[in-house]
Amino acid sequence: MNWESVIGLEVHLQLATRSKIFSGSATTFGAEPNTQASAVDLAMPGMLPVLNAEAVHYAVKFGLGIGAKIGKRSIFDRKNYFYPDSPKGYQISQFEAPIVGEGSFEISLPDGSTRSIGITRAHLEEDAGKSLHEDYHGQSGIDLNRAGTPLLEIVSEPDIRDATEAVAYLKALHSLVTYLEISDGNMAEGSMRCDINISLRPQGSSTLGTRAEIKNVNSFRFVEKAIQHEIERQSDILEDGGTIVQETRLYDAQRDETRPMRSKEVANDYRYFPEPDLLPVVIDDAYILAIQHTLPELPTTKRHRFAEAYGLSNYDASVLTDSRPLADYFEVVVATCNDAKIAANWVQVELLGQLNREQTSLAQCPVPAADLGGLITRILDGSISGKIAKQVFEAMWQGEGSADAVIEARGLKQVSDSGALEGIIAEVIAGHPEQVQQFLEADEDRRKKLTGFFVGQVMKASKGQANPQMVNALLAEKLA
Amino acid sequence: MHNHTVSQLSQGLREGSYSSVEVTRNYLERIARLDERYNAFISVDETAALAAAEAADARIAGGDAAPLTGIPLAHKDIFCTKGMKTSCGSRMLDNFVPPYDATVIERFRSAGSIILGKTNMDEFAMGSSNESSYYGAARNPWNTGCVPGGSSGGSAAAVAALLAPAATGTDTGGSIRQPAAFCGITGLKPTYGRVSRLGMIAFASSLDQGGPMARTAEDCALMLNTMAGHDPRDSTSSDVPVEDYTAGLEKSLEGLRIGLPDAYFGEGLDSATGECIHLALKELEALGATLTAVSLPHSELTIPTYYIVAPAEASTNLSRYDGVRYGHRCADPADLHDLYTRTREEGFGDEVKRRILIGTYALSAGYYDAYYKKAQQARRLIRQDFLDCFQSVDIIAGPTTPGPAFALGAKDNDPVSMYLEDVYTLAVNLAGLPGMSLPAGFVQDKPIGLQLIGPHFGEGRLLNVAHRFQQATDWHTRTPGDGEHVA
Repeated sequence: MNWESVIGLEVHLQLATRSKIFSGSATTFGAEPNTQASAVDLAMPGMLPVLNAEAVHYAVKFGLGIGAKIGKRSIFDRKNYFYPDSPKGYQISQFEAPIVGEGSFEISLPDGSTRSIGITRAHLEEDAGKSLHEDYHGQSGIDLNRAGTPLLEIVSEPDIRDATEAVAYLKALHSLVTYLEISDGNMAEGSMRCDINISLRPQGSSTLGTRAEIKNVNSFRFVEKAIQHEIERQSDILEDGGTIVQETRLYDAQRDETRPMRSKEVANDYRYFPEPDLLPVVIDDAYILAIQHTLPELPTTKRHRFAEAYGLSNYDASVLTDSRPLADYFEVVVATCNDAKIAANWVQVELLGQLNREQTSLAQCPVPAADLGGLITRILDGSISGKIAKQVFEAMWQGEGSADAVIEARGLKQVSDSGALEGIIAEVIAGHPEQVQQFLEADEDRRKKLTGFFVGQVMKASKGQANPQMVNALLAEKLA
Repeated sequence: MHNHTVSQLSQGLREGSYSSVEVTRNYLERIARLDERYNAFISVDETAALAAAEAADARIAGGDAAPLTGIPLAHKDIFCTKGMKTSCGSRMLDNFVPPYDATVIERFRSAGSIILGKTNMDEFAMGSSNESSYYGAARNPWNTGCVPGGSSGGSAAAVAALLAPAATGTDTGGSIRQPAAFCGITGLKPTYGRVSRLGMIAFASSLDQGGPMARTAEDCALMLNTMAGHDPRDSTSSDVPVEDYTAGLEKSLEGLRIGLPDAYFGEGLDSATGECIHLALKELEALGATLTAVSLPHSELTIPTYYIVAPAEASTNLSRYDGVRYGHRCADPADLHDLYTRTREEGFGDEVKRRILIGTYALSAGYYDAYYKKAQQARRLIRQDFLDCFQSVDIIAGPTTPGPAFALGAKDNDPVSMYLEDVYTLAVNLAGLPGMSLPAGFVQDKPIGLQLIGPHFGEGRLLNVAHRFQQATDWHTRTPGDGEHVA
């Protein structure tokens, strides 16, 4: 039978507020254990939560970013469970009345197509601390620095069909929240953590199968692998006539498999009820409108604009709008050189390639966008060839200055003077009588290939600085 | 001077009749000599108290005194005190020394008042007799064979026995008013949100409220002036402006409309107690008030509603006591589960465990709608009843308790009859209203309390009525003496 997978994702997004959601402690990553844990975070007797207004602001920003209905009166609830890294014995979350209601946003797939994925809801909650089991010889350490870090739990509709879409969804989400500047989106530091709900059903069926939940998957690649593995596991069971058990599973990246969590790790009855220490969060239209006005152009809008205004493919547009700094960079390059296609090519191939090779980010890029634009201008006006431009770019990267400065200093200006070129061509022809003979005897096809040979020799002799168009033209004349 | 009220002490200190060190020393001496009889205090720090008294004397000498500067006070052991053990009456926190002050304590400290010590209480404020305290029950100074009431029984006993001129208490279902009634003192539970809950160890967050316990309404007003006010660290604290509660004390009661709810005078009220209350009401009538019958149609829902809401909140408020970060931890836990279960088994007493079980049950999947949700709906009806009454009357009056203090141990095996003790006080907490108890007579040589209930933020009016009543009566001036009444 052909099985169709139905996938929904729950993403826990760390909001980039300076302080925690219910206390004044800092949220900086990587501090010494328990140096960012106040009496509130430690759940000392008599301590009370106070809601961080910034977290509400960020949540509303997200809601507006996905065109969702904003909860005008959202309520915090206690989710009760005992665990050492949950100091109060309950987590403050939102259950019945979340701050962000239904919305949706568009994802862009590798084949260039797009899809809209529904968002069921997004709610605010606090993160737990961490239990540290190493270095304590049969005991456990507890670090509460992360306890109380604001999270936005974003729950998608079961609209996702496979691992590729799931990754595209996460990338689009990552791009959206970094555009909105509500999260650093740093997956390695746990700023985006993902729970995957997945079930299979016969192709064409409209009822949902029994689902398994895979907890806490923390990279795009692991999400992809966990889903692929889980689809295989479930279809194997179904093919053998078995049934799927509704359960919570863990993805083990080392073994590349999912396995059930121990029953102790599985939640039971959370006894949700409204948190009596906090008032309902009441939001009015003026507040929403004020935030609406601060929203930047969002990735989807920008992608469509790039495709249209610059005549780019949907794929190029989506790569270039993946992050706001990259999109901004590209637009400066285009504005400087006035050729979007070459600019798109240079930014994607040379710039991103170099950033990738050096394992660095655009923020650290030594070549300002206007300088890259300047370099492209010199290709377009014939001062240098594309090949030489790569050398120039390399030099610019090393800090040798603007394109013009590098061309000048290294004497890389393209030789377009026909007198000089004729001299070189004459030498090349004189030096390769055999090939000249072959050329003269050859048919059209063969001549083309041999022309390439002569162009190559001329370029070599000119150290790549000969203007290739002129070389072609002059060679044609001389060999005729 | 131990016979003086806070107001008199305040005047005496400023006039130089005595120093704060002298006053403080005097109370510390009385505590050391007499508290064995009453068990009103869990801890006393003489050195810190005298150091604070010296500082207060310097402040008074410098002409910078606030009304409570130099006044020694006792605080219920539910208010966190920086550097001083705060047990909440529980073995669980027997070793707990907070690194911070509750907002209420902070306010009293900056007013320059002195902490004599921390008073006994029912464990985690769960009880109406003080008998659930890990430190043993406090005794009623009027009859040490009887309970002082609870949960703020230690504070009530300390004030009644003149071991402190005034004290703080907290009231979740009557825990200030009932012990005030049993011990013959004046106690005020303010409107929910009037006094910050920060650093006040939580029992039931939506019901808990701290307030003053003293010998007179005037003293309660002085105390409340210091305690009340918005606290940005308690989201449920109100930003309604605080009035000067002493300003309106003398206002005439002419034209005051007092509502008498039928439910507070029916079956269950001890007849001699009812008689006391009627005489007190006659007194108020003589002062110019008019008495009208009012009805609180949902009164019968009060006890069941309270015993869902309070334990539900308590069951999760007390989850933090897990032996991991502070407080009691069982010896040599085998694993996490063992750590949790043995720590809580050993650290909590029976009444606390009973309420955690009730609350956990009421919030459980499948029961939530039938219990907690229903209780919240009933709570709204109860509150609306009072709001309706206040359309036609200014305050509501009735007995604080069904009868006088009962004997220690009398209700040991009957938690439900203990719960019924609070039948007249619980609704006030469910509705978030201010309520007071003031001495209104004696039955079997034990004090009886008159309860006054006001509309939200009507503390000023309640204190005014109580003050005028106390000017016309002398019940509040009577004291049990130093142990003549030992049973």
